Amino acid sequence: MATVSLEALRGPHGYLRAQTRWRRTEIAFWLATLLPFLLFPSYLQLASQIAITALFAVSLDLILGYAGIVSLGHAAFFGLGAYAAGLISKFGWGEPLSGLVLASTLAGVAGYGASVVVVRFRHLALIMITLGMGLLLHEAANSASWLTGGADGLQGVRIRPLLELFSFDLWGRAAYAYALLMLFLTFLVARRVINSPFGLSLRGIRENAVRMPALGAPSRAHVRKVYTIAAVMAGMAGALLAQTTSTVSLEVLSFQRSADVLVILILGGAGRLYGGILGAILYMVARDQFSGINPQYWYFWIGLLLIAVVLFLPNGILGGLGRAAAWWRRVSP
Amino acid sequence: MTTSGAGAAPVLSTRGLEKSFGSLVVAREISVAVPPGVRYALIGPNGAGKTTLVNLVTGMLRPDAGRIFLGEDDITSLPPSERVKRGLVRTFQINTLFPHLTALEAVTLAVCERRGHASTWWRGLPAYRDAVDEAYGILASLALGADCYQLTRALGYGQQRLLEIALALATRPKVLLLDEPAAGVPRGESPALFAAIAALSNDITVLFIEHDMDVVFRFASRIIVMVGGRVLVEGTPPEIAADARVREVYLGCTRHA
Repeated sequence: MATVSLEALRGPHGYLRAQTRWRRTEIAFWLATLLPFLLFPSYLQLASQIAITALFAVSLDLILGYAGIVSLGHAAFFGLGAYAAGLISKFGWGEPLSGLVLASTLAGVAGYGASVVVVRFRHLALIMITLGMGLLLHEAANSASWLTGGADGLQGVRIRPLLELFSFDLWGRAAYAYALLMLFLTFLVARRVINSPFGLSLRGIRENAVRMPALGAPSRAHVRKVYTIAAVMAGMAGALLAQTTSTVSLEVLSFQRSADVLVILILGGAGRLYGGILGAILYMVARDQFSGINPQYWYFWIGLLLIAVVLFLPNGILGGLGRAAAWWRRVSP
Repeated sequence: MTTSGAGAAPVLSTRGLEKSFGSLVVAREISVAVPPGVRYALIGPNGAGKTTLVNLVTGMLRPDAGRIFLGEDDITSLPPSERVKRGLVRTFQINTLFPHLTALEAVTLAVCERRGHASTWWRGLPAYRDAVDEAYGILASLALGADCYQLTRALGYGQQRLLEIALALATRPKVLLLDEPAAGVPRGESPALFAAIAALSNDITVLFIEHDMDVVFRFASRIIVMVGGRVLVEGTPPEIAADARVREVYLGCTRHA
């Protein structure tokens, strides 16, 4: 009750501003992302992979966590971005930033095309449609080996140094700096999207898709738009992977990748933006550690963790942390 | 007293609406004309086709035959969201709300959609002060001002029914169709809800479905009685009260057991 009266004191404007304000924990989190440069200089390659996966998970969060559109084929856009970035460099355009923009744009165009189909479906049909589109693209890339290298992976990816100054070496300093900067910039965009009137309408679609047309809302146009934005971001994540590792394999389009990013988002907490980032950190670090012990059983632990989180923390680990923090504020004066 | 539509031009009218699901006819030859500013009650026994008529008029169902007019305009082929933009708005018999949005967020959403802000993704919501003020004003006018920071699912049932109306008002309706606005509300509380409806501006024409005859005769200025997918009779409350066919329907008859 105390919180309610506080909100009433602030009034509607104060309440909405408080919803969108930068919290201290957020600022602390982003500062902490710089720590690997100092504390774990030998893990920067892993850190850059985490940042890329986090960016991919944030892109899925926009459509799944906010607009309520379940996708089992989100890797399609990640893979498109990766192959586009790889091919652009292979054919002689190795400048990373322009390659990134081109690859993301291409993924966005594909995302818009897919969204025209996606908006017509919901629930199980939607899952099957997205799954089917992902599988189609994977097999298309497999059979077009003259272009993609097929199962052998794309050969001859050559990325020029970032700004002609920092090359993507084995240590991964440039890779992490590049991936982290892109994650942060994309996060700023995603944060703005969800705090905008458009983001509020997305949550409306998630909460009650039937009611939206009865409010005069063009739900399908909203969904097409957010799907396109998410595809651009997923494509950017894929392009970053291709550029920072100089390799593109069929795995970037695999069903496994689509499923993994869904698991990461659910573990971390969907619909809260930081959930995907937290999930990516936990998942990637755990995989790195566990697979050192016994790699073949690694998914056993992920399966167990997934069941535990869904059973006991319906809003993911971040939702559980939020609840714990609220409880702590109640018991300690 | 004039008969319907004889005075002002009707704000909403239908001509020969027909709808059937297979062999089940749910609407036949429905022609009604709703003059502006009235408080119309739509009554009839269960299965009479009241909600079907609302669904047809708002575009949730497509008629098999017949036309629907909003003012002069034929809106028969418009999608539901387009009809809402033109001022034809409904509420639902069963709460159809946004459980994890606060009441303020939900109404702000509706206001932003109406004002055309909802496709803007590069500006924060707090920048739209007018929209937020309007949303808060609507909530306050329905006595929801103090509780508007709560999640919808945490609101009491009666408050949720009011929020249904608040969402509809946020779209600035010309014609408001209320499908059993007091459904599920304790009998003692429904007069307060209808008082809120009665207090709405006269610029809004209201058509409501209701089973409680006390409420109907207190708040309606005209009444339509439906039976078996047809309009049985239409008139003022005294005319309806005196109508032999209506009594037959409501006092148990053998014609459609």
